[in-house]
Amino acid sequence: MPYIEPHAHMVSRVTDDYVKMATAGCRAVCEPAFWAGFDRSSPAGFYDYFCQLTEHEPKRAAKFGLAHFSWLCINPKESEDTKLAQEVIALIPQFLSRPNVLGIGEIGLNKNSRNELKVLEMHVDLAAKHNQLILVHTPHLEDKLKGTRLIVDTLKNDRRLKPERVIIDHVEEHTIKLVLESGMWAGMTLYPESKCTPARAIDMLEVFGSERIWMNSACDWGVSDPLAVPKTALEMRKRNYRDEAIHKVVYENPAKFLGQCPKFKV
Amino acid sequence: MTRQQVLDLYFMDARSKLIDLAAFLDRIQRADGPDDFRFAAFHKALKELAAASPNRAEKVLLALSDPTAEPIPAATTKAACGAWPGTA
Repeated sequence: MPYIEPHAHMVSRVTDDYVKMATAGCRAVCEPAFWAGFDRSSPAGFYDYFCQLTEHEPKRAAKFGLAHFSWLCINPKESEDTKLAQEVIALIPQFLSRPNVLGIGEIGLNKNSRNELKVLEMHVDLAAKHNQLILVHTPHLEDKLKGTRLIVDTLKNDRRLKPERVIIDHVEEHTIKLVLESGMWAGMTLYPESKCTPARAIDMLEVFGSERIWMNSACDWGVSDPLAVPKTALEMRKRNYRDEAIHKVVYENPAKFLGQCPKFKV
Repeated sequence: MTRQQVLDLYFMDARSKLIDLAAFLDRIQRADGPDDFRFAAFHKALKELAAASPNRAEKVLLALSDPTAEPIPAATTKAACGAWPGTA
């Protein structure tokens, strides 16, 4: 079944993962900028990373027949240093016209600190000034509820943003309603140990419907599964979902959101 | 899906997780050491499992969450530990 992987950190994955994803039906993969697992020491490290996301990785994906798109930012885990963040954010505009860049992301919060919030506001301002789509990371575990509330409030307070051009990712049962009621899109991340299992993600579809929702693997250098989306499609089939209903969630919905950027073509 | 179909599909998986949970509680009880905020939060969340009301997954997540509203002064770590150490 064709699907779109709307959130994957392919720079952390091996080429076998591209083969598996393409074999499973993946048509496009979208890669937000994220934390490398260690702090970069300078803006130059981010410049090189942005080049990797916009030059090298699309070529690597193309070898396996996959379209590759990217999002740019300094991630929340490196946002405590606001001077570094300002310098990195200043680098981003020169990359926004590159053919695979869809918007600003994954911005957001990690520990819900004052500086993280300031850097989130800087990113929102950047996105608004350049009319970019926004992809938001919400914090992990015990910090998710508070962080999601702070993020939604921040985004709603900026009148320049259209909620339908923002997706808030990593929602769970205690945050999905807040996000959908704000008019923004919600992303469900399918992880083996945290965030959502396939069964729980489908439960949320049954409770909240399938409008303005996508599913992603967010596969990276940690415990994660690049085939989480097609495996969830299989789980939906086990639960007697029709092919059209599965296709809507794993292909049409991400295509609808991402298609708001004219550069997104599959 | 009917209740019968849900049970057919998920009962064995849930049964396995339930026994794992029971074994975890036994393991904690056998071990020596001081009280820990994570285990206290775990016990609070466990009560939601036995409740008759719906939305148990949401309520378990809420029981493990930071309920405060103000940003913290500064991030001193990057990691989350799964339970909120404060008191509401």
